Amino acid sequence: MRRAFVILVVVLFGLVFTSLVIAHNERHSLRPLAESYVKLIPQELGAPNVITGILLTYRAFDTLGEVAVLFMVAAGVGLVLGASNKRRKSSPRKVVETARLSSEIVQSGAQILAPLIAIFAAYIIMNGHRSAGGGFQGGAVIASGVLLLVLASTRYRVDLEFLSMTESAAGVLFVLTGIAGLIFAGGFLDNRMLPLGQFGAFFSAGAIPILSVLLGVKVGCELSVIIDRFRA
Amino acid sequence: MMSNVVLATGLVLILIGLWGMLTHRNILRIIIAFSLIGTGTHIVIVAIGYVTNGTAPIIDRALTLLEAPARAVDPIPSALVVTAIVIGLAVTAVMLAYAIRLYESKKTLSIDAFTESKW
Repeated sequence: MRRAFVILVVVLFGLVFTSLVIAHNERHSLRPLAESYVKLIPQELGAPNVITGILLTYRAFDTLGEVAVLFMVAAGVGLVLGASNKRRKSSPRKVVETARLSSEIVQSGAQILAPLIAIFAAYIIMNGHRSAGGGFQGGAVIASGVLLLVLASTRYRVDLEFLSMTESAAGVLFVLTGIAGLIFAGGFLDNRMLPLGQFGAFFSAGAIPILSVLLGVKVGCELSVIIDRFRA
Repeated sequence: MMSNVVLATGLVLILIGLWGMLTHRNILRIIIAFSLIGTGTHIVIVAIGYVTNGTAPIIDRALTLLEAPARAVDPIPSALVVTAIVIGLAVTAVMLAYAIRLYESKKTLSIDAFTESKW
């Protein structure tokens, strides 16, 4: 009975989706909004990567809200798992003894890879305005490095206090940069408060590299805190 | 043509996730199915933004400023998906945290054991 119901639901959704695919017409030109973004972002903002221009200037307020969501999730996961962590902390020695040590391959691999992952994350964050990359992606790469370290060593402790301090500082600086845009340029988080520089250069596109770094640090810290909450 | 294939892939992924959510009884499998639905949605959004013979909207030697409006794909769906991926990760983290608490309360991950919130 239940199985028949599931098949019915999936088949009905399949029919809806099939009609969607059949009716879908691939566009041959950009929509007017997208076209103006593609034209305006390189010209007005000086950012070769249009997507970064959208994320960090035209819709930077969205990005700010999203970072707030990430912060709330880090706090929420801490709230849900906090009590059980406290119980575990009362017997830390037992946890370390019962936890299975990771193999030597993982340990050595983590030691070699962790600095490389950090450099790669910095590269992705700093090149967000010139090529593929940006704050979110680089932050996720940082968090993956932290995850590797946590997996490799049971004794590795993430410094939660340092992470939350760094994260709060990055968040405050992000908002302050936005307010600076309000004063020195056209509006909140406007990147033209700094000179745009040469198109495609490392230091160009106004405040976008600064916002990118702050976003990357903030996302990396938040995801690292979330990862640390899940450790046994 | 190409975006139709990508669109169909994303929608099939959504269907697989839906099927997995409705048939499996283990909470972890339900969370995995939920992530599949999310990934499928991301693929669908990106497929909608494709323009015939388009390329990534990054201005460089391969895509000059003048030909960009004619050859770039729609950047808005891509920007939305970047944010959606991060939010998807956050939602998954919260679901996993609840899964841990549910396991601690009943020592099982089967949703058949959690009948209190069933109507």
